[in-house]
Amino acid sequence: MMLKCRYQIAGPIIFIFLLLTGCDNQQLTNVEYGNQNKILYFGNGDEPQDLDPQITTGTPESHIIFALFEGLTRKNAATLEPMPGVAESWSLSEDGKRYTFNIRANAQWSNGDPLTANDFVYSWKRILSPKLGSEYAYLLYYLNNAELFHTAQIDDFNKVGVRAVDSHTLEVTLQNPIPFFLQLLDHHSFYPVHKKTIESFGAMEDRGTRWTRAGNLVGNGPFVLSAWELNKIVIVKKNPNYWDTDAVNLNEIHFYPVNDLITEERMFRSGQLHATLTGYTATEKIAWYKQNAPELIHITAGYATYYYEFNTTREPFDDVRVRKALALSLDRQQIIDKVAKGGQLPAYSLTPAGGGYASQVGLEFNIEKAKQLLKDAGFPDGKGFPKIELMYNTLENHRKIAIAVQQQWKQNLNIEIGLINLEWKVYLEAKQNLEHDIARAGWLADYVDPSNFLDLMLSHSGNNHTGWSSNQYDHLVSKAATMLDRNQRFAYYQRAEKILADEVPVIPIYYYSDIHLVQPSVQGWHDNVMKYYDYKNMSTSAATQ
Amino acid sequence: MFMFITKRILQALPVLLIVITATFFLVRLAPGGPFSAERTVSPHVLKNLNERYNLNDPLYKQYFGYLYNLAQGDFGPSYKYPNRTVTEIIHTGFPITAELGFYALLFANIIGLLAGITAGLHPNRWQDYASMSTAMIGICIPSFVLGPLLVLIFSIWLDWLPVSGWDVLAGDKILPSITLGAAYAAYIARLSRGGMLETLAQDFIRTAKAKGLHPVRIALIHALRGGISPVISFMGPAAAGLLAGSFVVETIFQIPGLGRFYIQAAFNRDYTMILGTTIFFATLIIVFNLLADILLVWLNPKLRHEAFRRN
Repeated sequence: MMLKCRYQIAGPIIFIFLLLTGCDNQQLTNVEYGNQNKILYFGNGDEPQDLDPQITTGTPESHIIFALFEGLTRKNAATLEPMPGVAESWSLSEDGKRYTFNIRANAQWSNGDPLTANDFVYSWKRILSPKLGSEYAYLLYYLNNAELFHTAQIDDFNKVGVRAVDSHTLEVTLQNPIPFFLQLLDHHSFYPVHKKTIESFGAMEDRGTRWTRAGNLVGNGPFVLSAWELNKIVIVKKNPNYWDTDAVNLNEIHFYPVNDLITEERMFRSGQLHATLTGYTATEKIAWYKQNAPELIHITAGYATYYYEFNTTREPFDDVRVRKALALSLDRQQIIDKVAKGGQLPAYSLTPAGGGYASQVGLEFNIEKAKQLLKDAGFPDGKGFPKIELMYNTLENHRKIAIAVQQQWKQNLNIEIGLINLEWKVYLEAKQNLEHDIARAGWLADYVDPSNFLDLMLSHSGNNHTGWSSNQYDHLVSKAATMLDRNQRFAYYQRAEKILADEVPVIPIYYYSDIHLVQPSVQGWHDNVMKYYDYKNMSTSAATQ
Repeated sequence: MFMFITKRILQALPVLLIVITATFFLVRLAPGGPFSAERTVSPHVLKNLNERYNLNDPLYKQYFGYLYNLAQGDFGPSYKYPNRTVTEIIHTGFPITAELGFYALLFANIIGLLAGITAGLHPNRWQDYASMSTAMIGICIPSFVLGPLLVLIFSIWLDWLPVSGWDVLAGDKILPSITLGAAYAAYIARLSRGGMLETLAQDFIRTAKAKGLHPVRIALIHALRGGISPVISFMGPAAAGLLAGSFVVETIFQIPGLGRFYIQAAFNRDYTMILGTTIFFATLIIVFNLLADILLVWLNPKLRHEAFRRN
């Protein structure tokens, strides 16, 4: 009797369990539903820190901000050439220092307010305000006196090189001619922000107020923020007040913060995602897609470099011959084929090819020469070579590459190195304090120009963790930054790269590749080195996966 | 009983203070800060950021400032997610983690008790071996293996359940609950088997048998009450463990719970978030242990008697 009674209880409990776990029943997958209703579902890496274009620094945030805001210029997703955005046209003075932008008469904010040149002046003042503490404000340092204002050496913003001539004319004065300035204007740090909204939630310089929440955020992009559920989803909907709203095909975009690559791939495979935006795909899945579904996997060269930094203040790396020997003895192609496996390209110079520039000088793979150099440095056949350590931040991919490098050096030069992995922030601090012998590094560019990479090795650069400096190098790179003639500039950069190849403060290992999973029903997707997604021109086709 | 509870609550307060103090100073001892990043932040920006969050103040001042705010129920803003307060993140994430934990516990108890009691009633027979070896497998398989395995079978191959999500598609709560609950089900099975065997060997059971009671009645009314006491003692820490340990399952199944924040806060050096979640989970552990103790006292006449006599 009692036993029967217990089972009678168990039945309803299981029923309630199933009932509670069930919810509204959507028969179609996201992709099928999205294809019919012009909605795209994207995997977007991490939960966005914020959606304030002047505060955020991460890639997932920028993917959403692209949809919500628009700069003076946009990019052509296929060619990455600058195109008119909020500014319908512009002119450049002869000395290459003064831009005059004509802002569209029909440009407006998502709440219907007109968008004027003053909005840009306000926005750039905000990002340069020292108190805001914007980590990307340095991108505006190309403007006249911007750095002085940002570092509180002057407090009159009128001296900074941006001025509203009238409500639809913006004049920007640069410190030096900057050949890639139009491209830079599409970076989210240069986007306009809506004064009235920001100041109704706090002071101009307040960080992290609620103005970026759904319902509050006023932007000027092709989409508006419709929902932002913490760690769950961000939804943007077509903005009816966008100046070119008729050209926007999509009704909605859903961004999921999926930070686990395997989970993301599973979501894609089961039709929950149209595409993955981060450019990373679980390494163990790449081969399967290449073999079985090549139409779904997009592998393109990225504009980013994976490299190792020597600590040149320590023995034996204070000797250039040792640095060079280690760099020459690495078989990068083998590391890519056997370990990284993601279609990366071997790197023999710091700067990847892009924007019409490709390094003509670089290191090579030459074991004999490496052995000779090591012998000259006093370590014949690796004898007497001190025990050194290769440091990387804890991540499976970095570990595998470090092991491959360790083995190659053992095999090619007969030297033993130890591996040390550190938790992310500990690793950053250790690098900053030059506590390493050799440290892993990676650099992803903000815009397509060699200066992105070559600036890293300037002696005053906060990202130069090698202790190496060269006056000649500093001179070449700084001088190149001010040159308008492209060929002349690139020639200077080539000379700078030659110094890097001779002095070897870093060992470039590979240029990253971007690996996306994309459903064929996504129209208007262009693979490009900047992971620039032009949602405005994307659409869905009814064809299901 | 009231005194017993009051006494336990008063004992918990110094424990919490120790947790807060230790966490506060330990996280600041860790290298790196909330604003260190691969792209080095320029010194004047860093100074402004630290100023904004009072991180330039002497440590003792920060500590007392934090305690002062905490006393008013303010956990502060998250450094990593500047437009969210820690309270808001806990408020959003915890109900989801709690719901997941509840289903996992429900699953663990139903499966664990059924298996444990069956094994306990048939010691050294096939029912015993079958349940206990399954339980051993359950304990040994970590959730990061079990989760993807279940997804592969039920979502990818059979296409019965969604691969991920929470409260989005029908049935998306089933696999995460099973994944999280499996190891606990196994523990409960082993504990309840042990408890049952011990109780079944006692004199009052023999007496009950001698009086001719039905074996099912003996097992479920008389033996079970004693047999599940180890399970109940386990339930307090288990419930807290489920809530604080849901990180892996939340990541595998893309669940917007608190577990992911709890772990990531440490990696991000999000001081206020680390403190907020630690204090929150510490409180939960204390509360669950207290509840388990109360339940034990209530179930066991001997303990009940002692608790009342002491007070």
